[in-house]
Amino acid sequence: MLCPAREVPVDTKTDRPFDKERVLPLLDQGFRQMVPHNAALGLRAIDCDPGVCVLILPWAEHLVGNPDSGVLHGGPITTLLDACGGASVFLKLSKPVPIATLDLRIDYLKMASPRRDVIARCECYKLGRNVAFVRGVAYHDTPDDPIASCAATFMLSTKGKPVVSRGGK
Amino acid sequence: MSKPSQMRPLLEAARTTGNWQPLVDAVPYARWLGLLLEPKDGELVCHMRFQDMLVGNYTIPALHGGALGGLLESAAAFQLLFEHESIVLPKIINVTVDYLRSARAVDTFATGIITKQGRRVTSVRAVAWQEDRNKPVATANAHFLVDDGS
Repeated sequence: MLCPAREVPVDTKTDRPFDKERVLPLLDQGFRQMVPHNAALGLRAIDCDPGVCVLILPWAEHLVGNPDSGVLHGGPITTLLDACGGASVFLKLSKPVPIATLDLRIDYLKMASPRRDVIARCECYKLGRNVAFVRGVAYHDTPDDPIASCAATFMLSTKGKPVVSRGGK
Repeated sequence: MSKPSQMRPLLEAARTTGNWQPLVDAVPYARWLGLLLEPKDGELVCHMRFQDMLVGNYTIPALHGGALGGLLESAAAFQLLFEHESIVLPKIINVTVDYLRSARAVDTFATGIITKQGRRVTSVRAVAWQEDRNKPVATANAHFLVDDGS
């Protein structure tokens, strides 16, 4: 996916302490307002740290892939992990730039339970000059018991207008 | 998945009539994405009509990678059902999506090609394109468990 840059203050390359109280609401608002498909799926940001993002995908009947089992389709899980991975890159960047997913691999480790929300936690563990590397998991209760795991790479500073309005300081 | 299935009769009907749309419409996520399944020349073309809610970056605008992933995975799974005699829905093991160029705010198409059919696992490659089939916007490789277990 392609993500616009946004006003997320991050601390990785500065001495400024990471202000979660301020970043989380901005992140949650921004990535839904700027990304219609995230909003359509009802994704919400529920936690973050430098280079780490946690999102929740609320269960919905229309996201089911197998009506016989009631299990979610892989598509919403893909969107969740892609969005979460992209957000983790933003939370690692010292200066917001537009990014684009280069590739995304998802291993489906076990069936998601019907009628349950899915949470994703992604970490940008390496930020290069051109490419960011991300790994993550999707789960119901705890990251130790994942439904899916993912590995993704993102190109940095891609085309597109960065939507940056540096509010605050 | 082996309890009374609403998919099984639809699958059988699709194979006899060649009309796959009722099967697609029975998959809630595929219906939500607005997928149309168009069989032609031995392949199924999965057609995702543009909708505003598919947008991932409104500044370009470009489609969300997750929606493209969902389209590719659907195309791969439907191709499997199209070519196989299996009566169970294939279970996905993993998928790798490569994003080749930004997918613009227009209709997108995808097909799957079975690259390896094993006894338990089948590999499918899926390709998505927009106006020009020679310029794919994304490709995917997916593995499915096709063991009926029965």
